[in-house]
Amino acid sequence: MNPSAELTDNGGAKPRALPLLSFGKSGFADKFFQKLTAFFAFLILFLAFLTALTLWQASAPTFHKMGWNFLTSSDWDPINGIFGSVPFVYGTIVSSMVALFIAVPFGLGISLFLTELAPMKMRDPVAFLVEILAAIPSVVYGLWGIFLLAPFMRVHVDPVLEALGGALRLPFFKGPSTGLSLFTAGVILSIMILPTITAISREVFEAVPNTYRESARALGATSWETILLSVLKPSRVGLLGAIMLALGRALGETMAVTMVIGNTPQVSINLLAPAHSMASVIANEFSEAVSDLHISALAEIGLLLMVITLVLNIVAHLLVWATAAKFQK
Amino acid sequence: MIDELAEKDKKKEKKKVENQEHRGEARKIEVAHHENEGEQHSLKMKAEGVCAWFGTKQALYDVNMAIYEKDVTAIIGPSGCGKSTLIRCFNRMHETVPGSRFAGDIFLEKDSIFDPRMDPVVVRRRVGMVFQKPTPFPTLSIYDNVAIGLRLNGMRDKKVLDEVVEKSLRKAALWEEVKDSLQKAGGALSGGQQQRLCIARALAIELEVLLMDEPCSALDPISTTKIEELIHELRQNYTIIIVTHNMQQAARVSQRTAFMLNGKLIEYDATEKMFTNPENKLTEDYITGRFG
Ligand SMILES: Nc1ncnc2c1ncn2[C@@H]1O[C@H](COP(=O)(O)OP(=O)(O)OP(=O)(O)O)[C@@H](O)[C@H]1O
Ligand SMILES: [Mg+2]
Repeated sequence: MNPSAELTDNGGAKPRALPLLSFGKSGFADKFFQKLTAFFAFLILFLAFLTALTLWQASAPTFHKMGWNFLTSSDWDPINGIFGSVPFVYGTIVSSMVALFIAVPFGLGISLFLTELAPMKMRDPVAFLVEILAAIPSVVYGLWGIFLLAPFMRVHVDPVLEALGGALRLPFFKGPSTGLSLFTAGVILSIMILPTITAISREVFEAVPNTYRESARALGATSWETILLSVLKPSRVGLLGAIMLALGRALGETMAVTMVIGNTPQVSINLLAPAHSMASVIANEFSEAVSDLHISALAEIGLLLMVITLVLNIVAHLLVWATAAKFQK
Repeated sequence: MIDELAEKDKKKEKKKVENQEHRGEARKIEVAHHENEGEQHSLKMKAEGVCAWFGTKQALYDVNMAIYEKDVTAIIGPSGCGKSTLIRCFNRMHETVPGSRFAGDIFLEKDSIFDPRMDPVVVRRRVGMVFQKPTPFPTLSIYDNVAIGLRLNGMRDKKVLDEVVEKSLRKAALWEEVKDSLQKAGGALSGGQQQRLCIARALAIELEVLLMDEPCSALDPISTTKIEELIHELRQNYTIIIVTHNMQQAARVSQRTAFMLNGKLIEYDATEKMFTNPENKLTEDYITGRFG
């Protein structure tokens, strides 16, 4: 029997696997690849664990000296060997909150527009433009922040906020401002996390089956009611996940923040005052640390930052998975 | 202005008369059919020259179809022939698909549903819809799923809502099964119960016409029987248009049947006649299972 006859015998009905692509009967290759990928997955976990362990060991001297005071003190005096992390934790969290406050409404608005309202032809190009913001290196954001954003804030935005704060007796906006402040850091961060929020919430919205939108419409819901009822409500949890992932990114951001936050370790409710952040203090002081204790304190701040972002990211991922699983049923 | 409108109305009337004359034959059969039933059915909805497109692809070609009040009208035909597209034109859902286009006209009683003064939202409240896959809102309770239509209409009175929820669930033959668990999530019900919940949800707003797009194709035989019984019940008060792939189902539940093929309405007549003595060879072939 010649091979071509065999081919025609089989017909188009049952195409055979090409010998080159099959891994043989034993399935050895399959098993090997499974083991290999599992190994890489564990390697990453192991590296994360190793990092944490190293930081832990490196921070032992400060922990020994400061104890829990490290977490509650707001004095940061490397010369006299007093280290309290509060100003940095405060600066990191508040600048990230400002960023969320600005970026969440914008990001959700953009992704709702892209998934629900925009004409089909516009959707992918606009999404691409927003997502490309994520590709800009953060030091470039920082430069832009120093040369353009900070002066702009000082001249145009901060005075308005000051006036507003004065009128409403809010303690958040008090002058005079130099443009280098918690608030400016928050604004830069908000631009940097916008792509994260937009991309993930877009994914969450797109996971909502179209049938929900259709049934809302068929009940006589207006466009806005349809979005509220069949898109926003079912994706609440997923959106929370998107926001927390963005928060994770904002917390760890270093360069851009360092360049505009003013690098002053103080705790002030005034958002127009300069401040400091966990990532910036490590970047700024590590190379010129005055003592071993100083280095150890920076390592402990690193550990703290790692724990905070890790916990946040895990919770966020669990939330996103939970919503996705709900729709697959 | 008013004169102009009256003039327009007259023209429509005239067109209607012409159309009825045109379909003289169908009317004869329908009369016979109604003598059997002993009731007089008036025109509820009417499609005139309906064409529909998705982008450049045309899905419907010049469909003319009269829907009679308190009749069950079945639409049958092979997959992709445009059944869903047609019924989605009846409540202006077709236009919600991006890139879709529509031509022709559809009347709900005397009014064109495409009249600029007609709000599509209002059309959809009068002409409700049940989909193939049960689609209760997953985050809402059973109660809220039924009440949502009224809430969208601005109804806040708890007493009225309670009343309507119970009435609608009773009409959808679901009340006995869920009355003790109204606060449970709608998604926690079985498929058949979910579909009846969707019917209850549609009935809660004061609708007149109920469109059903293969309402049983995702359900087991027992649930299917329940929905079919329900359709018989609902017929007392509502006009129903049902798309189905199941020929027996069409024969069981409907008074009139339409057969579609490739976006065209091939034949439309009393169900009895369609299934025993169709005019068109294509209809006969389809019904006897020679294609599709
Ligand atoms: N959203 C859409 N975009 C593009 N084309 C569509 C869309 N929906 C339907 N069509 C096309 O329109 C035609 C009619 O589709 P329709 O869904 O009305 O068929 P159907 O008779 O309901 O089929 P089925 O029995 O499978 O539900 C089909 O050729 C289909 O490919
Ligand atoms: Mg269909």
